[in-house]
Amino acid sequence: MSKLLILGAGTAGTMAANLMRKALDDRPGDPWTITVVDQNTEHHYQPGYLFVPFWMEPERVVKDRRDFLPDGVDFVETAVSRVDPEARTVELADGSELVYDWLIIASGTRPDPSLVTGMAEALSARTNVHEFYTLEGATALKQALESFESGRLLVHISEMPIKCPVAPLEFAFLVEDHYRRKGIRHKIDITYVTPLDGAFTKPVASAELGGLLKDRSIRLAADFAVESVDGAAGRLIGYDGRELPFDLLVTVPPNVGQQFIIDSGLGNDAGFVPVDKHTLRSVEHERIFVLGDASDIPTSKAGSVAHFATEQFVDNFLAAIDGLPLPNSFDGHANCFVESGRGQALLLDFNYDTEPLTGTFPLPAVGPMRLLARSRINHLGKLAFEQIYWKLLLPGHKLPVPNAMSMSGKRPAANARPLQKV
Amino acid sequence: MPTNVINGRSFTVDEEGFFTDRSEWNEDLAHDLAALIGVDLDEAHLAPLRFMRSDSETTGTTPTLRRMQAVGGFDIKTLFALYPGKPAKKMAWLAGLRKPVGCV
Repeated sequence: MSKLLILGAGTAGTMAANLMRKALDDRPGDPWTITVVDQNTEHHYQPGYLFVPFWMEPERVVKDRRDFLPDGVDFVETAVSRVDPEARTVELADGSELVYDWLIIASGTRPDPSLVTGMAEALSARTNVHEFYTLEGATALKQALESFESGRLLVHISEMPIKCPVAPLEFAFLVEDHYRRKGIRHKIDITYVTPLDGAFTKPVASAELGGLLKDRSIRLAADFAVESVDGAAGRLIGYDGRELPFDLLVTVPPNVGQQFIIDSGLGNDAGFVPVDKHTLRSVEHERIFVLGDASDIPTSKAGSVAHFATEQFVDNFLAAIDGLPLPNSFDGHANCFVESGRGQALLLDFNYDTEPLTGTFPLPAVGPMRLLARSRINHLGKLAFEQIYWKLLLPGHKLPVPNAMSMSGKRPAANARPLQKV
Repeated sequence: MPTNVINGRSFTVDEEGFFTDRSEWNEDLAHDLAALIGVDLDEAHLAPLRFMRSDSETTGTTPTLRRMQAVGGFDIKTLFALYPGKPAKKMAWLAGLRKPVGCV
């Protein structure tokens, strides 16, 4: 009897449990147990956090984790304290210990406002400083937006990497649309504050999205490295001496790995586990793989990445337990719908080597989705994804999207056309 | 990949001018580059560059400002004073390293 232990029952951990149960059952020889550990039973549809401040009911994003795990997988509801890779044991918060032969770390990332002076205090007051990276935060922000009727609104990213790096931009577009529809847009001054040198990290997307900010009269404060938040005075203070006044600050705190990763000495300085970016195998420990946001791979921390990577992972894992070379090489593929307000969205499709480009997806010319351009169908695609997530993605069913990124339908950077006016 | 030449030494850079081959760098080159952006490289300026060189040699990536503070012991405010405006970018460029990106 061999033991596979999965830490985390979020997007990556749940998918891995489903795919590995099937793959290990189909495999001749020694039977395997699969145990999944998570600190609670609530699985959140995290893309929904973006919509909760505007219209989505908070209850809608929450389901029971156990309902998405297959038969033949044990679920343990406890926080993890420490991993001992030499002894191959995991110590749990209740003092018990689990033994493993192979370990999958899928514990994601979490916002840590304590890393910025004044931010945690300002957030907990729930007055003029808010966030939407937790369900409680997104729910409280809804109230704040309802009572905010004029003044300076900052949408702020503390530092990279963050989970779903386009979410703050989407929030900026949605909040602009929100106040436009309320008829008070002219009374609200919106600024997008980022540590990056533009709207996004990659040149073509940055130019396209930066143009859209300008079209919507959203100011851009770039290269802003935050030193502290002064909630009482309503000031966001940068290391370079810049002080941005605000009446409402919507911030994305620094994102880090889970505490047990840091305590186990498995993480880098932000608590993300260093892995081979093509196989997701821990650099230091060959019996540990890391799926989803918990690793240090240089691509977006996003559900789409977790999905593409986890499908590639199955064959690699089966090879690894037989001591064979790993057959699949993950390319860093990410595929993100970016809400742009006014009932439209853009679609980004990219990987480690290819930045998001314009064009059509998944088929050349036909589409039907347009890459890096706003359309209604992209927005509907984003909304439809909620059902796809629960019904197809988590159970590990195949989606009609290739795991490896394809250049088909993409316009090379040099020929990329500027964003068309819609 | 484009090539830059400064005072007779050539090195390959990416489209934004950052070194693509760290082995083509040395401190003399850093002094010449610093002059182009109006920085006089004294010991205070060189210390973070040296840390970035040695740190990235083991990690394979250009350290972030937070890492410079947490691991290197540098005060971020001081780095902003030494390299006004965009310290992370300026220092990576002077140290012959890739542009620091916090992923995508």
